[in-house]
Amino acid sequence: MTTAHDHGGDVRLTGISKTYGSFTAVHPLDLTVPQGSFFALLGASGCGKTTTLRMIAGLEEPSTGTVRLGEQDVTALPPYKRPVNTVFQSYALFPHLDIFENVAFGLRRRGIKSVKKQVGEMLDLVQLGEQARRKPHQLSGGQQQRVAVARALINHPKVLLLDEPLGALDLKLRRRMQLELKRIQTEVGITFVHVTHDQEEAMTMADTVAVMNGGRVEQQGTPADLYENPRTTFVANFLGTSNFIGAEVAEVSGDDVILKAGGGKLTLPRARCPAPVTTGGTVLAGVRPEKISLTHADDAGTIPSGRNRITGRITDSSFIGVSTQYVVDSPACEAFEVYAQNIERDSRLVPGADVVLHWNAAHTFGLDAEQSPFAGTTGPAGADKAEEDA
Amino acid sequence: MTTRSEAAPPGTDEAPARPARRRGRLVPYWLLLPGILWLLVFFALPLVYQASTSVQTGSLEEGYKVTWHFATYWDALGDYWPQFLRSVLYAGAATVLCLLLGYPLAYLIAFRAGRWRNLILVLVIAPFFTSFLIRTLAWKTILADGGPVVGALNSLHILDVTSWLGATDGDRVLATPLAVVCGLTYNFLPFMILPLYTSLERVDGRLHEAAGDLYARPATTFRKVTLPLSMPGVVSGTLLTFIPAAGDYVNADLLGSTDTRMVGNVIQTQFLRILDYPTAAALSFILMAAILFMVTFYIRKSGTEDLL
Repeated sequence: MTTAHDHGGDVRLTGISKTYGSFTAVHPLDLTVPQGSFFALLGASGCGKTTTLRMIAGLEEPSTGTVRLGEQDVTALPPYKRPVNTVFQSYALFPHLDIFENVAFGLRRRGIKSVKKQVGEMLDLVQLGEQARRKPHQLSGGQQQRVAVARALINHPKVLLLDEPLGALDLKLRRRMQLELKRIQTEVGITFVHVTHDQEEAMTMADTVAVMNGGRVEQQGTPADLYENPRTTFVANFLGTSNFIGAEVAEVSGDDVILKAGGGKLTLPRARCPAPVTTGGTVLAGVRPEKISLTHADDAGTIPSGRNRITGRITDSSFIGVSTQYVVDSPACEAFEVYAQNIERDSRLVPGADVVLHWNAAHTFGLDAEQSPFAGTTGPAGADKAEEDA
Repeated sequence: MTTRSEAAPPGTDEAPARPARRRGRLVPYWLLLPGILWLLVFFALPLVYQASTSVQTGSLEEGYKVTWHFATYWDALGDYWPQFLRSVLYAGAATVLCLLLGYPLAYLIAFRAGRWRNLILVLVIAPFFTSFLIRTLAWKTILADGGPVVGALNSLHILDVTSWLGATDGDRVLATPLAVVCGLTYNFLPFMILPLYTSLERVDGRLHEAAGDLYARPATTFRKVTLPLSMPGVVSGTLLTFIPAAGDYVNADLLGSTDTRMVGNVIQTQFLRILDYPTAAALSFILMAAILFMVTFYIRKSGTEDLL
């Protein structure tokens, strides 16, 4: 479908923004989606991700900036002249046409007469060959979703835009469709730009994820990179869960930064601090809950040296099958989350027990202390805090 | 498969609950009763009475008797076929005009009116607040000889074209077919706009975006998506306009002349002036049969049986 020597298929957004009256949906942003990649725009509702997608599709006119597809500036082109197709959140299948005609719609509009073979192949690709003569309302949600994908893909667009296409499906079907879409993308090699608010979906499917917040791109990178090296608390909280400890820089020694927090000392790799640190300054030291081990205070002596440690008391524990999630109250951070794999369970680890939290110092990341540690959390406190922050 | 288990609970109900259930099941029929009675007394019975009248012979003085004189139908058709033809022609022209005027307006209300939507809808219905007769009489003034409308049409040479088509007569509009068609169009326009609006309003605006995204220009989007999806409105709108327009006599009476008489006028004259009840009844039945036939054909042809 796409030839190997064709490198001019990148989507390039330059200084693109969208304002409605006094409200700015998207602040001027630059974004490059490499050809053939699976790119996810991730963010909570209202963060501007769908508006960005619609500007690529031509359904929304940008207030400033340009949209380029390869070498072509398409900013002024109406949607029907752009080599881009969209899978809509509501699917927007034509209710008066059967599945075959829905899929053939784009081909017919471009004046292609013999569509039968192509449509048949496309329906086979999405495993709906049997349903060709049915009307959309006779299909299940998952089948309709696949028709919507087929209807867009058959045109071999330069870019396929997916606007939360899995939002209406139940969890199990959604997981299956994620793998399905990923398979199709690998098979056809078309650039996919996928908008979603589901971080797990973005991480499963995309090669590159751009996290959006308040009309801006907070950070962009591979899922693993975003998860391991978040540059803002928003990203750290939106992708998974993070614990933050407000700490003071005690000294900088070689590749490590030594922090004072809650009466103890923590080590933070200097390479994982985005901003330059100075002795006496403050940073937010973050660590993911699954990196932390939990040891009962009586066994504190068995913890290998060199690991970061924090003492605390378990306030809550919930068993969720593969792991147990603990909430630990400690002087350094009042609600420390710890996920422990259920391999060997220590029966003493119940609410009220004094424990030592410890983790490999290399798993600590540092963030600018100027921001709210609650940005991007879904809890009401987090949302409020985030709003105050904004 | 689940129906069985859902159907089970009524059977397991305790015995005293049963009579209440049966009464509950009859409630819809009780509620239907007034309507059925109304239809029986004011529609079915008069229809039977008319049917019998149409096959009677006799005179006012001697009284009428049912003699199964079906020849009345042939005579009526033979004498008044031009009026029948005219009715279909005028009603058809008015329906087409209503569609041409009403569709853009309904489209505007459904997709573009925004906060003005309700106001425009009220304006569409507003004429109903005044009497049908008064409004039709007003058209007499509007189309009066030497009036501004006729003057404008004349200076634009539109009247030359319509005169050539036989719709107007020289520099007159009043008392011509055009005046009757204008009146019909005006009076039945809301019956076209409202069903059109209802079906257009149900068309999901996102389908327009989807069509645009799939390389359809705005005109193609209209032809391939909007229009097919609004067909139920087009069909019900044209029926609601054509059927009453074909039987109308007020417009032809007030705005037309003896040359523009429609079958409604003939029926009215036969019933109320000439007092030839059998012929009037026969004409009514022929009109009814003709409309039923045309409507059935139309619905079959437009392929919207399931949408109606």
